[in-house]
Amino acid sequence: MLQVNKLCVSYGKIPVVQDVSLHLKAGEIAGLVGESGCGKSTLLRALMMLNGDTAHVTGGSILFLGQDLVQMNEEALRQLRGDQISMIFQDCGEACDPVKTIGYQFWETMNSHGKKYSKRECNAQASDLLRQLRMPEPERILKSYPFELSGGMNQRVGIALAMINHPKLLLADEPTSALDVTVQMQVLRQLHDLRNTYQTAMLIVTHSMGVAAQLCDLIGVMYAGHLVEWGPCGDVLAHPAHPYTKALIGAIPQGDGQDLVGIPGRTPDFSQEMIGCPYGPRCPYAAEDCHREMPAEQTRPNGHWVRCCHPLDQEEL
Amino acid sequence: MALLEVKGLYKEFTKGKTRFAAVDHIDLQVEAGECLGLVGESGCGKSTTAQLILHLLKADGGEIWFDNKLLKSNSDMKEVRSDLQMIFQNPVDSFDPRCTLLNGVKQGLRFFDNPGKDELDRRAKDAISFVGLKESYHKRRICQLSGGECQRAAIARAILAQPKLIICDEATSALDVSVQAQVIDLLKRLKAEKQMSYLFITHDLMLAHAMCDRIAVMYRGEIVESGTAEQILKSPAHPYTKMLLSCVLPPRVTKEFHFVDCSPVRQEASGGCKFYEYCPNASAKCSENAPTLEMQNDRQVACFYPQEQ
Repeated sequence: MLQVNKLCVSYGKIPVVQDVSLHLKAGEIAGLVGESGCGKSTLLRALMMLNGDTAHVTGGSILFLGQDLVQMNEEALRQLRGDQISMIFQDCGEACDPVKTIGYQFWETMNSHGKKYSKRECNAQASDLLRQLRMPEPERILKSYPFELSGGMNQRVGIALAMINHPKLLLADEPTSALDVTVQMQVLRQLHDLRNTYQTAMLIVTHSMGVAAQLCDLIGVMYAGHLVEWGPCGDVLAHPAHPYTKALIGAIPQGDGQDLVGIPGRTPDFSQEMIGCPYGPRCPYAAEDCHREMPAEQTRPNGHWVRCCHPLDQEEL
Repeated sequence: MALLEVKGLYKEFTKGKTRFAAVDHIDLQVEAGECLGLVGESGCGKSTTAQLILHLLKADGGEIWFDNKLLKSNSDMKEVRSDLQMIFQNPVDSFDPRCTLLNGVKQGLRFFDNPGKDELDRRAKDAISFVGLKESYHKRRICQLSGGECQRAAIARAILAQPKLIICDEATSALDVSVQAQVIDLLKRLKAEKQMSYLFITHDLMLAHAMCDRIAVMYRGEIVESGTAEQILKSPAHPYTKMLLSCVLPPRVTKEFHFVDCSPVRQEASGGCKFYEYCPNASAKCSENAPTLEMQNDRQVACFYPQEQ
C-alpha cells in the first residue's frame, strides 16, 4: 500500500533524510525509533508532503496506492490528506483550531473531501467514534473548545479526527509522548483496536522502545537520517543486528537491576558531509572499512535487514 | 534525625473558585547518602513538593527539617542553600543564556561562600571535568551545548558548592535514553564517591528503580505507598502502584503483555480514598473514610485492602 523508494529530504542544502526505503501493507503497524534529531519526524511529514517551504524532497518516490505523492499537485494532495492519509500530531490540542468547537472540527474534516454530511450526521458519527475511544460524555465534548479539554482528551480527539474518514494510512508523530502512562495505555489500546477494525496501516514515530514493542509489528531504527535497521519487532528487539539498535536497547531501564549503558559521543552534525557509516565514530565494533563508504543492506530471515558492515551475529547475544 | 525530614507538608491551590490540596500532608525522610525516588503522574504534586522544600513556593502547613535545622523562612533557606541544590528538568533554561559554560557553572558557588576568584575558577574547572566535559567547552555558550552536555553542566553547577542533598526534578526526562543512561551513571558515581543524597523526582518507575534505594509513589497530592525500590517494583501493595506498573511497556516482545484498561471503574465521587473511582478492590468503606499511610509488611501503604505479597 505504501512504498517509499530511496527518499531523500533536505533543508536547504543540508540532507536530513537520506536514501530511505520502506514498504507497508494494509493493517500493518510500523514503528520508527531513534534519538532526537535523527530525521524521523521529517520523514513522517515528508510522507504527507507536509514539510512546507523549508524542506524539499530531493530524490526518490513515495508510492501510495500506486500514485507518486512527490509528483502530485497541491489540490490532489489536499484531497488525500485527512481522507486517505491522516496524521496524529504530538500535541493535538495545538493542532486543532482554537476558536472552533470540537464538533465543528469533525464537521470540517468530514465535509472537505467531496462528501456532504449534515451537522446531525457528523455529530452522530463523531460521538459514536468518541464513545468507542472510551471518552465520557461525547456530546459535551463536541460542544467544547480544545482549551477546555485536558491533554489526554485532546489527544484522543486528535486520534478520532484522524480516524473519522477511515483512512487507509495513519501517520502518528509521537502520539503518546506527552501523556501519562495510564493515558498512554488507553491511547495505544485504541490504536490497536482501530487497526483490527478498519485494517488501517500505521507508521508511528516514537522515541519509546516500549511503545514500538507492544504496538507495532515492524520496527525501523533511524540514525542520522538513515534507516539502519528494519524488520519484525520480535526479531529486531531480541536479536538486534545493528550495534546502534543494541546500544539503544541497553540504555533503557527495564527494572532488572542491570546497569544502564549510555552511548558515548553525540549524533553527527548534518551540515558536515558524512563519509562511511554515520554511526562509525561512536561504534565499538567499527573497523577501517566502516569509515570508507556507507554500508550496504544485509538481509536476514523474515524481511529483517540491516545497514552495517559488521552486523552482530545472533550467537553474540 | 534524617538529613531531610518533611512533616505534614501542605499546599493549596485555587482552580476557578474551588480550592484543592496539591500537596496533602505528606511526610518524607531522606537519610544521608540515600536516594529517595518520588514517582507519580503529572499533576500529582511531585514538583510542587520539590519547590516547597526549596522555598521556591510558600507552604501552607507542615515543617521542613534539613540537617537538624528547621527551615521556616527564606533567610533560613539562605543558610543551607549551598547544602541543598537542585537540578531542573530543562537544563538549557536553567542557565543564563548569555553565560559561557564556565561562568554559568560558577554561579553555583558565587553567592554562598565565594572562595575568591582563582579558587572558584579552579573548583569550577574540577567540577566540569568531573562530569566529563572537555576543557575546550569552557568558553562555549550554553546554547552551543547539546541537551545532555547542558544537563551535565547543571550537575557540575549543583555539586560545586559540595551540597549534601540534590533535588532532581525530572532531571533526565528531556533527554534521549542514550544520554539519560550517561547522566544516571554520573549521578550514581557522585553518590558512591561523595556520599551524595538525592530526592529524585520522575514519572518513570523503571528509571526510579534503576536509580533509587527507596521509592515513594504519589497520587493526587498524597503518598500512597513507600518502600524499597525492589518492594515497589516486584510486589506493589497499593492498587495504584499496581496500575502504574501494569502500564509500563517493556521494550521487548512478550506474550504476557496485554493492553490494560485504565478507565474509571465507577462514576460516583468519593469522600474517602482518592483512588476510589479507579480502584478494582474498593468497598463502601473506601468511599467514606480516607486510609492513612501505615506500616504494613515492612513498607508504608495507604490502603484498607493492600495486595497480598
